[in-house]
Amino acid sequence: MDTSTQLNTELNQQHLRPQIDKQLEGVGDAALKAKIEASEVNVFYGENQALYDVNLKIGERSVTALIGPSGCGKSTFIRTLNRMNDIIEGCRVTGRITLDGQNIYDPGVDPVQLRARVGMVFQKPNPFPKSIFDNIAYGPKIHGLASSKSELEEIVVTSLRKAGIFDEVKDRLSEPGTGLSGGQQQRLCIARAIAVSPDVILMDEPCSALDPIATARIEELMDELKENYTIVIVTHSMQQAARVSQRTAFFHLGKLVEEGETETIFTTPKDERTESYITGRIG
Amino acid sequence: MSNDHIVKSFDEDLNHIESLVMEMGGLVEVQISNAASALSQRNVELSENVISNDKKIDALEREVDSAVVRILALRHPKAQDLRAVVVAPKIASNLERIGDYSKNIAKRSIVLARTQKIGSADETIKRMSGLVQDMIKDVLDAYIKRDAITADNVRLRDEAVDQMHNTLFRELLTYMMEDPRAISSCMHLLFTAKNIERMGDHTTSIAEQVYYMVNGENLDDDRPKSDKTSSTMIEPTSTN
Repeated sequence: MDTSTQLNTELNQQHLRPQIDKQLEGVGDAALKAKIEASEVNVFYGENQALYDVNLKIGERSVTALIGPSGCGKSTFIRTLNRMNDIIEGCRVTGRITLDGQNIYDPGVDPVQLRARVGMVFQKPNPFPKSIFDNIAYGPKIHGLASSKSELEEIVVTSLRKAGIFDEVKDRLSEPGTGLSGGQQQRLCIARAIAVSPDVILMDEPCSALDPIATARIEELMDELKENYTIVIVTHSMQQAARVSQRTAFFHLGKLVEEGETETIFTTPKDERTESYITGRIG
Repeated sequence: MSNDHIVKSFDEDLNHIESLVMEMGGLVEVQISNAASALSQRNVELSENVISNDKKIDALEREVDSAVVRILALRHPKAQDLRAVVVAPKIASNLERIGDYSKNIAKRSIVLARTQKIGSADETIKRMSGLVQDMIKDVLDAYIKRDAITADNVRLRDEAVDQMHNTLFRELLTYMMEDPRAISSCMHLLFTAKNIERMGDHTTSIAEQVYYMVNGENLDDDRPKSDKTSSTMIEPTSTN
C-alpha cells in the first residue's frame, strides 16, 4: 500500500473525509499528496488559547507560506508541526497532526526522531559555536547516520552543496560557523537541517535578519529544495510569501481564515480579512 | 472592509490614477459630443477644436501609464488594489482610442462641410454617438463606484449601436448606387459611422475591465454582437 492509499484509508477510518474533501474543492491533483495534515488543532498556553480548530493540509514537495499579523498564531502553528511546543511550559495541543498519515502526537512518537524528519530553521541564524564542519556533522553523528569518517564527510559536503554554500566555505571548514556572514550562517543552518535527511523543513521567518541579496539566495535555495523537501515558511513579508510559495495560509486571531493557491490569495482572496491584511488596510 | 490603507499616501496614489482616468473619460465624452455636433452643424471651427484637443487625451494616457508603473514599483499593490492598478492603463488605452476616433470624425467633418447632406445620415450618426456617449458616461460611473452590474448593462447596450450602424451602412450603399457623385461623401459618412461603432466596442471593453476590477473574474465572451456590415452585400439589381 503506498502512502496516499494508506492515508486515504486512515482518513476514511477517522471520518475526516468530508471535511478534507471540502478543503480540496477546486484543488489540483498535486495538492492531494498531503505530507502533513492538521485537523482540529487547538493550542493553549496556560489559560490562553492561541489556535482555534485549525485544519490545514500541507502538500508534499512544495512550499507553503503561513502569513498573518503578529500574534495571529502562525509561529505557534509551525511549532506544532515538529512538537517544538512540547518544551514550552503550560503549552497544550489538542487535535491531530499527521505526517505521512501517522499522528505525530501519538505517545509512541519520539520527538527527537520526529525533529530529525521535520527540521527547523529559525529567524536568527543560530550556528553552534563550533567549526563549520562540526555544525553539519553533529546531527548525523547523534542520529548515527554515518558509519565511517568518510561517510560523514560526504554527508557534510552534500548538505553544504544542497544549501548552496559549499563553494563559499570549502576552504575553511574548520573555522567557526559563527564567523560567517548572516546570510551564510542561515544557509549553514539550512545545511545543518538537511544533514539529517529530513522530509520537511520548517522555516520561521528565515530571512527577516538578512539583507536583500542574502534573502534572494535563501529564496532561490527554497525553490531548489522544494524538489526534494516539503517546506513550510512563516514570513512577515507578503512579497516573499508570494515569491516563494505555491500555497498560502492566512491566520488571524488564532484562526486559519483562508488557505489556497498563492496566486489566488494575492489576486482574489475570498475573505475580507485576508483582503484587508494583504492590501495593507486597517482591518 | 475599511477603504483606507494604513499608509495614507498609498490611497493618494490610487486616487490619483483614478482621477486621471476620470479626467480622460470626461474629455473623451466632450470630444465625441463635439465631433458629432461639428458634423451635423457643418462647423469647421469646432472640428478643428476637436482635432487639437486630442493631444490632451494622449498626454493623460501617458500620465496614467507612468503613475501605474510608479505604484507597481513602489507599493506592490495586491488583490483589489492590484486589479484597480492593472485595469487603469487598459481603460486609459480604450479611452485614448475613442479619442482618436473622435478626432478622425472631426477630420472627415471638415471635408463633409463642403458637401451636400446625404439623407438623414447626419441625424443617425448624431443618435449613434449619443448612445455611445451615454454608455461611456455610465461605464465611468460604474468604474468610480465599483459597480459591476452597471458595467455589465453598458456592455449589453452596444448591440443597439451595432444595429444602427448596420442600418446606416445599407442606407449609404443605396445612396452610392443611386448617384456615384455621392460616393465620396458617403464613404466619409460610412467611416464616421464605423468609428462610432468602434467606440462602442472600446466602451464595452472598458465595461469588461470594470467588471474584472470589481469581481476579480472575467465576463464570459457571449455578449450579443450585431455588427453585420462585414458580411453585408447589396446587389445593384435589387435597388432598381
